[in-house]
Amino acid sequence: MSTISLRIEFGGGLELLFDNKRSYRIDVPSLVPKDNSTDAENLSTKETKPVDVDYLIHHMRDNMLKERVELFMEKDTVRPGILVLINDTDWELEGEGEYRLKDGDEVVFISTLHGG
Amino acid sequence: MAPRSCALCLKAKSMLKRPKTGQQICRDCFFYVFETEVHNTIIHSKLFNPGDRVAIGASGGKDSTVLAYVMKTLNERYQYGLELFLLSIDEGITGYRDDSLETVKRNQEQYDMPLKILSYGELYGWTMDAIVSQVGRKNNCTFCGVFRRQALDRGAAMLNVDHIVTGHNADDIAETVLMNIMRGDIARLGRCTSICTQGEDTIRRSKPFKYAYEKEIVMYAYFKKLDYFSTECIYSPDAYRGHARAFLKDLEAARPSAIIDIIHSGEAFEIKEEIKATQKVQQTCQRCGYMSSNPLCKACTLLEGLERGMANSGITDRGRRKLDAEGPTPDNLRTIPFFRRPSGGYPAIAVELPS
Ligand SMILES: [Zn+2]
Ligand SMILES: [Zn+2]
Repeated sequence: MSTISLRIEFGGGLELLFDNKRSYRIDVPSLVPKDNSTDAENLSTKETKPVDVDYLIHHMRDNMLKERVELFMEKDTVRPGILVLINDTDWELEGEGEYRLKDGDEVVFISTLHGG
Repeated sequence: MAPRSCALCLKAKSMLKRPKTGQQICRDCFFYVFETEVHNTIIHSKLFNPGDRVAIGASGGKDSTVLAYVMKTLNERYQYGLELFLLSIDEGITGYRDDSLETVKRNQEQYDMPLKILSYGELYGWTMDAIVSQVGRKNNCTFCGVFRRQALDRGAAMLNVDHIVTGHNADDIAETVLMNIMRGDIARLGRCTSICTQGEDTIRRSKPFKYAYEKEIVMYAYFKKLDYFSTECIYSPDAYRGHARAFLKDLEAARPSAIIDIIHSGEAFEIKEEIKATQKVQQTCQRCGYMSSNPLCKACTLLEGLERGMANSGITDRGRRKLDAEGPTPDNLRTIPFFRRPSGGYPAIAVELPS
C-alpha cells in the first residue's frame, strides 16, 4: 500500500489535545475509503478515493487525538473556530475537506477559541 | 483548484479568504487592509489625541499581542504621537498567568514598550489561587472579574495614562450582544457595542479591534509569527459564554458576515432613556476611593468577605446583611490602597523600561 508523508502543526492551544506536541510528521495511505473510515482492514471491499483533508481529520481523530473529541470535530469536519491552513494558505481557498493531499504537504490547525 | 491571484493587487497568490467580504487576497495585501481598517476605526471614532498616554491591556494572548503590534505599527506609520505602555494584570494563577506573563515580558522587548505588571497579591493581598482555595470554584469568576476591572484602572492610574485599549474583537462583541439579548439585559445591550466607554470618573477604555474578526487576528498573528500564549484559564471557563461562542461560530460558518451583522443590530437597538437611567449614580467608595454605585465598592465588599472568612458574603446583598449581622467591620481589616485618578504629568511610579 503506497503512502504519502505530511507535516501537521498545531497552534492556538489546539496542541493541548494532541499530547501537547506542536509538530508531527505522519504517513497516510494515498488511497482511502470514501466513507473516511480509518480501519484499513477491508479496504479492498470498499469504494476508495485519493486521500484528502476530510480523511486526514478522521485519521487524526482516531490515531492522534488524546482527549475531548468534541473540541476538535463536529459533524465530520473540524469544529467551527478552528482555522486550517494548507501550505500556509487558508483551506477555504483550497477546497476545504476536499483538498487532495500531496506528498510533503504541510497542514496547520489553529484554534481561535482560546483567550485573548 | 488552481491558485487564484489576489483580488486587490491582482498579482500575488491569494492566501486567505476574508470572512467579512469573501475576498481572496494575498499575504501582503491582507496585512495592509487589516491594519488600514483598524486605523480607519481609530480615526473615525476619534479615539486618540496627539500626546495621549495609552496603556494596552496585555494578557499575552492573541488579541492583545496583535493589538500591541498593530498599535505600535500604526502609531509610527501615521504619527499618532501616542506614548504606548503595556499593562498586565497578574491574577496569581499558577500554571496559567505566570506562563502568559512570560509572553508579555517578551513582547515588552520585541515591541520596545514599557511594561507595568500589577498583581492581585500586591493590590488586594490575595492571589486567585488563594481565593479559589477559600471560595471554591463556584463564584471565583465573580472575584476575578471585579478585581481585574479595578486592577486595570489602578494600573492605568499608576502609569498615569489617559486611556486603556483592550483587544476585544468583533467576535467578542457579537457574542456579548447575543448574551445580553439571551439574558434580557437591555441596559447592558445598549452599552456593549460602544467602541469607547468613559464614565465621569473612569479612565477611557476603548476597543480598536471592534470590527476585526477573530479569524483575521489569528491569521495576522500566524503570518507575522507573533509570539502569543494560548490556554484556557484553569479555573472554570465561562460556560455561558462558551455556549454563546459556539452558537456564534456556527452562525459564522453558515454566513461569515453574521458577526458584523450582529454588532450592527446591537448598535441599532434604541434603548429608552428611562432604561439607561436605571444605572445607579456613581459615587466614590468610602474605603478605597474607587468609583462605585454604592458606599462601598464591589472589590472592597468582596475583600472584606475574604478577610473575615465569609468569602461568599460579598456576592449577594443577602450575604452582605449576614456579614453585617456578624458585627462591624474590624478596624484592622486589610484594605485596598486609596485610588487616585491620574492628574497629568509623569507616572506616579517607576515602570520597567525595556533593556
Ligand atoms: Zn495582493
Ligand atoms: Zn472600595
